[in-house]
Amino acid sequence: MARIAGVDLPKNKRIEVGLTYIYGIGDHYARKILKETGVDPDTRVHSLTEDDVAKIRNAIDNDYKVEGELRTEIAMNIKRLIDIGSYRGLRHRRGLPVRGQNTKNNARTRKGPGKAVGKSKK
Amino acid sequence: MARSLKKGPYISPSLLKKVEELNRTNAKKVVKTWARRSTIPPEFVGHTLAVHNGNKFIPVFITENMVGHKLGEFAPTRVFRGHAGKLTERKLQLK
Repeated sequence: MARIAGVDLPKNKRIEVGLTYIYGIGDHYARKILKETGVDPDTRVHSLTEDDVAKIRNAIDNDYKVEGELRTEIAMNIKRLIDIGSYRGLRHRRGLPVRGQNTKNNARTRKGPGKAVGKSKK
Repeated sequence: MARSLKKGPYISPSLLKKVEELNRTNAKKVVKTWARRSTIPPEFVGHTLAVHNGNKFIPVFITENMVGHKLGEFAPTRVFRGHAGKLTERKLQLK
């Protein structure tokens, strides 16, 4: 069982895909890491040698920011925007889109599931 | 889209001149400005600038974290008071 950066990789997938289960590694980085370490991207995770796993683990630990560390960094960036009282921080605080998108309709990713806005009954 | 690096950041020249004058004389004075589009350079840190929001001047104390942002980001131009017919906490209490 390959365990890298605190994440169990799916046994039966190709390592190229398996690596993307780690937060902070997408298909681009997965391919890059395998190229750097010289591991064949088509190997299945369960048939990786201990040596390969160690190499990959090493490369990720040394050169990439993943999982908790990455999440902390992102949270800190947002916190900074909020603390300096900028417009972007304000939008983060309110849970609204930050980059100037319309909010008349849609924007559901930021606003969450729709809430009915009915006429107030008298 | 981001501004071309070739040009460097836009910093309002007249405002920069005023702030540098303050830096030289070690004075602390609130400078009124309409230059919302101006980037905040490190020279502004520690000063309070009154940034116009279209209605009045909002005092903004510049800290180190704000360098690289635009002045306008710190003086909101719109006031959202809630939608009509929607009861806020305060309105509910008045009832």
